[in-house]
This record gives sequence, structure tokens and C-alpha cells, in this order.
Amino acid sequence: MDVLYFAWVRERIGIPRERIETSAKTVNDLVAELRSRDPRYDAAFADLSALRVAIDQDLTDFDASIEGAREVAFFPPMTGG
Amino acid sequence: MRILVQEPPFDFGAEAETFASGRHDMGAIVTFTGIVRDLASGDLDAMEIEHYPGMTQKALEKIAAEAMQRWSLGDVLVIHRYGRMTPGDKIMMVATAAPHRKDAFEAAEFLMDYLKSRAPFWKKEHSGQNADWVAARDEDEAALTRW
Repeated sequence: MDVLYFAWVRERIGIPRERIETSAKTVNDLVAELRSRDPRYDAAFADLSALRVAIDQDLTDFDASIEGAREVAFFPPMTGG
Repeated sequence: MRILVQEPPFDFGAEAETFASGRHDMGAIVTFTGIVRDLASGDLDAMEIEHYPGMTQKALEKIAAEAMQRWSLGDVLVIHRYGRMTPGDKIMMVATAAPHRKDAFEAAEFLMDYLKSRAPFWKKEHSGQNADWVAARDEDEAALTRW
């Protein structure tokens, strides 16, 4: 699936998107997998309360299933308007 | 319902005029415009707005459709820009048309409250050597509970 990062999450991890093969079942599982990879991910995901997640472009929760998802995006709380 | 997510500036007067024209069944038009505000120190060089291209249009359409469903509205317009802007530039506008003003005002406030916390935009302020992401405010999240 494609994993996308926006705003300071993108800056902290260093890339806007990547393709990931994973057997993670939920967003939380995916986050745990990413955090174990590299300190940059560990830093970006250190405080999940400061992050939001969207699956296939719909906002959701970290305990949501990612099975069958094409795109998972991580970003800080939005500041539009 | 018209939703525009774009980089170039928009003509507020022309958009408002087009939105309002020919609606003999509407008694009220409410418009709101968001403008890039300078920092208190007066040294904001630029406001950079990032968005999530695939999701933005979809999120805004969902918010606007919900407003149309909750209030008696004739039409909704949302324009939101992304990219680099400077103090005084218009970032976005919302317009609502309704037979009665209460629906038009309330729906416009609802749209703004949801847009601030549920549409995937992020602002970064550039001033001198500093570039800081604007943090979401608890008040903005709390504002959603009134709807």
C-alpha cells in the first residue's frame, strides 16, 4: 500500500510517500512496524495524540483495520480556514 | 454546491456576485473570507499551505453536503487555496444561500468550524530564518461539539 506523510510528519520522516508491503492488520500495527525501522519514524510517531490518520482518504482511528487499504496517510491535526 | 481547491488567487467580488445572482428564491447570502494575518511582531514573510490533494476535495464535498442536509440551503460555495501566500492575501471563502438568514449564518459557521479541523490543510508560517507549522487549537476542535 502507499503510505503518505504530510506537514511536519513528512519533514520528520524525510519523504512524502512510500510503498510498503506489510502484514499489519491495523493502523497501530503499521505504526509499530514503522517505528521499529528507523529512529526518524520513531520520532515522528512518538506521540500519537498529535497525529491523525486517513485510510483511502477518509479520516479514521488508529485501531482501524488496514486490510485491503490502498492508501494510508499520517498528518498532524488540520489547520485549514 | 461548488467546491474549489486551487493555488491561484480568486476574485472575491466576482465569486460572491456569481453566487448571489439569479437566486430569486433565496432571501439571504452569507459570505466568510479567511485572510493571511501578519504576526503580532509584523514580520510574517509568507504563509505556506500544504494539502492532501486526493482527500481535500472529497473532505470539503462531505462537509458541504452535510451542511446542505442540516440546513435549508439553496447553495454552498467553498474556495480554499494552497501554496504560498503573504499577509493580506485571501486564503479561502465560504458562501451560503438560504431562504432565511438564520440558516445561512449557521451553515456558514458550521462549514468554517468543520473546515478548520476536518479538511486536510496545514499552515506553515515563514518569518526571517524561522518556519513553524501552525499548531491546531483546542478551541477549534471544541467548536465542533456545538453542532
